[in-house]
Amino acid sequence: MRWLRRHLLVIVAILVLVYMLIPNAVVAVFSFNNPVGRYNYTWQEFSVDAWTNPCGAQGICDSLGLSLRIGLVASLTATALGTMIAFALGRYRFRGRSGTNLLIFMPMATPEVVMGSSLLTLFLMIGLPSGQLAVTIAHIMFCISFVVVAVKARVATLDPRLEEAAADLGSTPVQTFLRVTFPLAFPGILAGALLAFSLSFDDYIITNFNASPSSITFPMYVWGAAQRGAPVQVNVIGTMMFLIALVVVVAGQLLTARRDRARS
Amino acid sequence: MAEHESGDLQLVGLSKRFGEFTAVHPLDLTIPEGSFFALLGPSGCGKTTTLRMVAGLEEPTDGRILIGDTDITHARAYQRNVNTVFQSYALFPHMSVLDNVAFGLRRKKDKDAKRKAQEALDLVQLGHTAAKRPNQLSGGMQQRVALARALVNRPDVLLLDEPLGALDLKLRRQMQIELKRIQQEVGLTFIHVTHDQEEAMTMADRIAVMNGGHLEQLADPTTLYEKPTSTFVANFLGQSNLLRARVTGSAGEGLARADVQGNEVVIDAAKVPDGLTDVWVGVRPEKLTLGESGGRNRLHGTVVDASFTGVATQYLVRTAAGADVVVVQQNDGSARAAVNENVTLSWEPGREFVLDAAQDDHAGMDEVA
Repeated sequence: MRWLRRHLLVIVAILVLVYMLIPNAVVAVFSFNNPVGRYNYTWQEFSVDAWTNPCGAQGICDSLGLSLRIGLVASLTATALGTMIAFALGRYRFRGRSGTNLLIFMPMATPEVVMGSSLLTLFLMIGLPSGQLAVTIAHIMFCISFVVVAVKARVATLDPRLEEAAADLGSTPVQTFLRVTFPLAFPGILAGALLAFSLSFDDYIITNFNASPSSITFPMYVWGAAQRGAPVQVNVIGTMMFLIALVVVVAGQLLTARRDRARS
Repeated sequence: MAEHESGDLQLVGLSKRFGEFTAVHPLDLTIPEGSFFALLGPSGCGKTTTLRMVAGLEEPTDGRILIGDTDITHARAYQRNVNTVFQSYALFPHMSVLDNVAFGLRRKKDKDAKRKAQEALDLVQLGHTAAKRPNQLSGGMQQRVALARALVNRPDVLLLDEPLGALDLKLRRQMQIELKRIQQEVGLTFIHVTHDQEEAMTMADRIAVMNGGHLEQLADPTTLYEKPTSTFVANFLGQSNLLRARVTGSAGEGLARADVQGNEVVIDAAKVPDGLTDVWVGVRPEKLTLGESGGRNRLHGTVVDASFTGVATQYLVRTAAGADVVVVQQNDGSARAAVNENVTLSWEPGREFVLDAAQDDHAGMDEVA
């Protein structure tokens, strides 16, 4: 009883982690399945077929490539625009500032279904055909808000005196931005960019409204495939994404830890 | 080490308004090259705004700034050979201490940036911290890094914005001596902004006392203390007893006769502002003596309060006319007075200063730091 009381916190923490990670584990385990029939829902036997041939399912790698391309373009553009908005909101007092602050939140608060359908209406009205371009524009639009929120939090912690000090030490405005402002705001900008990428990569609803048959993104592919029985390759790619994210996070942690050790 | 000739810093009719509020009224000031100059005043007196205009961080509303013959009024901050030590230090947290110090040199493409930065760090006795990050250092060390970062550029003028404000008392005293030593060693013009009168007096060759955006008085520390030209300066720098007096006539030998609350005293006639009869006679607490041995002038009163501080005893004496006078008696072994004792105070003519009675005798009192 005493033992339980002392370790209760750890046990609960582990249980919550398990709860959170079970879906990932199931995806990973079933990427090694060799299903009978079209559905990969019951365990049959161990196989590495899907891992040795991840593009084996028809169209899967095309859709993956398209999602990565859209994600990259959308997150980079949204990061550039969002960072500038965040600096404007965080640094300057101007007419319409609080209004802008409010409007920036709107895309995050709007239900995706509503946004997706109204975007389609808008694109039809201005004569922009559905497809990759429309999807990219839509993704940039909703990613900006998230970038602004991430970067603005960082800008708020920046001491404007540091920029004054840089100017005082002979640095031109461009040099000041490159050597002082940008490096200090970088963690926020990176967080915003990664968030934007994963939101873009993940988006189904808005994308589905504005895509064309020639622009099937990865989430659309998976959704479509699931109707007919998802190929094991979907699990392989899902597991890969998870592992890549894990490696990036762990590497980042190790790097920070090593730098801190080197300094003290 | 002061190899380059830069010339005096001149402020000509320099002023700054923020909307309706005038932070600095037209100010004329010449700061000699190589001097340790202090801008002293309570918060909000315009000293920091003046400093920021010299640094180029604030655009003057009117007037000019010159270094030697060069007009820098409209030069941008990064174009001026002026460096600042900020109150909050403003060290770059993402760079090592050495990179912080080398920052200014690298902007000038100095090939020797690293070596010079290391030398500057050695000068402030922090050579061993070069590889650390600023936030790993104590406040006092960060302050010295900020100083090294500014000094290493050999600016025409080095600006210090309350650089010791964040340090505790002991460290502050230590840094005051250190700063003075460094200034003498490098021979650059230092302009030190502070609200601490003791700090300004200890360090500066010349002090400009500012109040409400105006220059009150410009002088060396001794003159400011012994011959303040306004009640503000008299009260802001140290303690002053301001006694209401009427000049009644000449007493010969360059002295004037005056009536202080019914006591006749003689004062230095040369110190009385021209044509005035209603004046404040100011006497510093340590110039007054308990007893009659201090000099010809006498006041009488009762001790209201006595506080013993070790080296001295500070008395508060209420005169018959109801004025409170502070007296400081050195602990030289002479007898001490008790509370409620009737005492005589005395001082030697000429040790007082005289100001126009039209001035507010409480000016500068609340602001004493």
